[in-house]
Amino acid sequence: LMTAKSLASKETVNGRCWFYSDDDDGISVYLNRELHAMNTVVAQLQTQFQDYLVSLYQQGFLDNQFTELRKLQDEGTPDFVAEVVSLFFDDCSKLINSMSRSLERPENVDFKQVDSGVHQLKGSSSSVGARRVKNVCISFKECCDVQNREGCLRCLQQVDYEYKMLKTKLQDLFNLEKQIVQAGGAIPQHFPSYTILRPDIRPCLDA
Amino acid sequence: MDKGFSPVGLRVLVVDDDPTWLKILEKMLKKCSYEVTTCGLAREALRLLRERKDGYDIVISDVNMPDMDGFKLLEHVGLELDLPVIMMSVDGETKRVMKGVQHGACDYLLKPIRMKELKIIWQHVLRKKLQEVRDIEGCYEGGADWFTRNDEAHLLGGGGEDVSFGRKRKEFDFEKKLLLQDESDPSSSSSKKARVVWSFELHQKFVNAVNQIGCDHKAGPKKILDLMNVPWLTRENVASHLQKYRLYLSRLEKGKELKCYSGGVKNMDLPPKGSEFSSVHQSPGKNSYAFSGGSSDPKQLASSSVSDPSSDVHMPPKAKKTRVEFDPPISSSCAFDSLLSWSDVPDPLESKPQILYGSSFLQQQPLPSQSPYVANSAPTLMEQEMKPSYETSVNADEFLMPQDKNSTVILQDLDLSAPSAISSINVTNDTESILRSLSWELPESHHSGFIDTDLDFSWLQNEHFLANTGVQNFQLQDYSCSPSLLSELPPHLWFGNEPDEYTLMVDHGLFIS
Repeated sequence: LMTAKSLASKETVNGRCWFYSDDDDGISVYLNRELHAMNTVVAQLQTQFQDYLVSLYQQGFLDNQFTELRKLQDEGTPDFVAEVVSLFFDDCSKLINSMSRSLERPENVDFKQVDSGVHQLKGSSSSVGARRVKNVCISFKECCDVQNREGCLRCLQQVDYEYKMLKTKLQDLFNLEKQIVQAGGAIPQHFPSYTILRPDIRPCLDA
Repeated sequence: MDKGFSPVGLRVLVVDDDPTWLKILEKMLKKCSYEVTTCGLAREALRLLRERKDGYDIVISDVNMPDMDGFKLLEHVGLELDLPVIMMSVDGETKRVMKGVQHGACDYLLKPIRMKELKIIWQHVLRKKLQEVRDIEGCYEGGADWFTRNDEAHLLGGGGEDVSFGRKRKEFDFEKKLLLQDESDPSSSSSKKARVVWSFELHQKFVNAVNQIGCDHKAGPKKILDLMNVPWLTRENVASHLQKYRLYLSRLEKGKELKCYSGGVKNMDLPPKGSEFSSVHQSPGKNSYAFSGGSSDPKQLASSSVSDPSSDVHMPPKAKKTRVEFDPPISSSCAFDSLLSWSDVPDPLESKPQILYGSSFLQQQPLPSQSPYVANSAPTLMEQEMKPSYETSVNADEFLMPQDKNSTVILQDLDLSAPSAISSINVTNDTESILRSLSWELPESHHSGFIDTDLDFSWLQNEHFLANTGVQNFQLQDYSCSPSLLSELPPHLWFGNEPDEYTLMVDHGLFIS
């Protein structure tokens, strides 16, 4: 069936795909192959996406709140999750900067301000399910309570690392999503349960 | 009654300084089909609320706001707009939650908040609307709100003296907690900068103002404040006093049928003057007690209580201490029943003096702390109780304590040496409350004859609520106590405030432990 005549080619002109072939069979075969390839690509991407998402839970980057966020997203607001986490990362950056200023001079540390910043960060991280960031906040608060500047600085560094790490991870996840959509596929509506993926760890919040 | 309430389109104002949360909450609330307005600052929220007084149904606010404490915002909204407010926080510490409740929050949610929690917030709005309707109906129908039985309806409706408390009142549960916590937690209410001592005179002004407003118009704190013309008093002070007064009156109604120990006990050591009491007895089925007193005694009591405003007035914080006899808590309603009876004036009371003795209290539970005016109030209440057919006019002064009304307490025939009479009396929780009322501190002259009891009238705080205005048309014996109000609040919690070292003067001899 694959005669020379059946060979067809594809060209994208002005955003539209044009298939060229000497006969109709060639076109349909080609199209089928394309579709199949596309489906395969989509399927592969979808599997990739799913696996990646699950791994983020397994590694403790995300918890059930992130699942809730994804559930809130709908056709009307397809970028909801991306927008929310973007707000979160901006907030992180702002808070970390101000806390850093407060901790700068050892002789004059405004622990109250730092504590307030940690509290806000904790609240923020709990809103998107940024589990690791939130956990650092817990230790951070303890250092504030005893006015341990060294401890605070260490926590500050850690929280900075964690939020940036999460930012990268989520960026990769969103990229996968984009690729799936571009490949004509649908983003898997898979909502991993943190509690199931990490049975060894007691969920902080609860279901 | 509003039957057409629908959660769809509920107008919610969300206040949170965290932009991430604000966006998430907005999305969640929209998913609940609510109409959402977001706000990042407390002041901005207040501005929005004031601009459109009827523009929102409910407010949800975070506790930690940069420009204003979330609790402050809560107070403002509650006082000015009387909207239900839900607090949110990452912090779920009991103390904070309690603070929220104290400041009037109708709920306290922990972050992260779940959809199911937001899906039901409309219930708070509906609940409040229903209460409003009930309050209004109560005003016009002679207290339907507070009397759950028809036969009690006339009690407030008759004399035209009943007071309409118009405005909405908080959820009973939270009211309870408010009463409970209000005075006990020193760090609690930011609205109580300086504690107002509701002296007799002040309360008298209050009740007069309330009476003046009457039932036709809603007696709101603002109107009352204006009429009272007390420069240093704030609307908030009046509002909280009003709330307690209302509660007190409503409990009076519920507790009508309860046995009440009249404050007569306190007056045991008083020489009976024109005493009309003939015997100790309980009215069948009602166990109400009343005192009829000679004029001199009331005066004595009245004056003495008045003379010690500073010592008596201040409602001690909460030391729910009750002496031996009164260990079991007395149902709050009872206490108020006793209060009520005190408002009665002498003449009508002459007919049936009845006296309940403290033994009835033996089975009672510990009473909450009492105000110093228990002694004075108790007899009045007792009188009231005893005169079912008697319509007593409740006056401000009587609310606080029996003044120079003949009605005062005169534990006339209360023979200190007749414990037998006491022991024969049935003990019920109602009696407890009366007992509690008795525990109000009496003036020195009466001290000797009184049993020491720490009753918890904390809810009265510095106020001496000797039922007045609302009591007027009480047909005591016609009251059937509706248990609903009573059952909601355990007796020992009724008055809210923990009694402080309140020493009650009750003659131990009267009570058989």
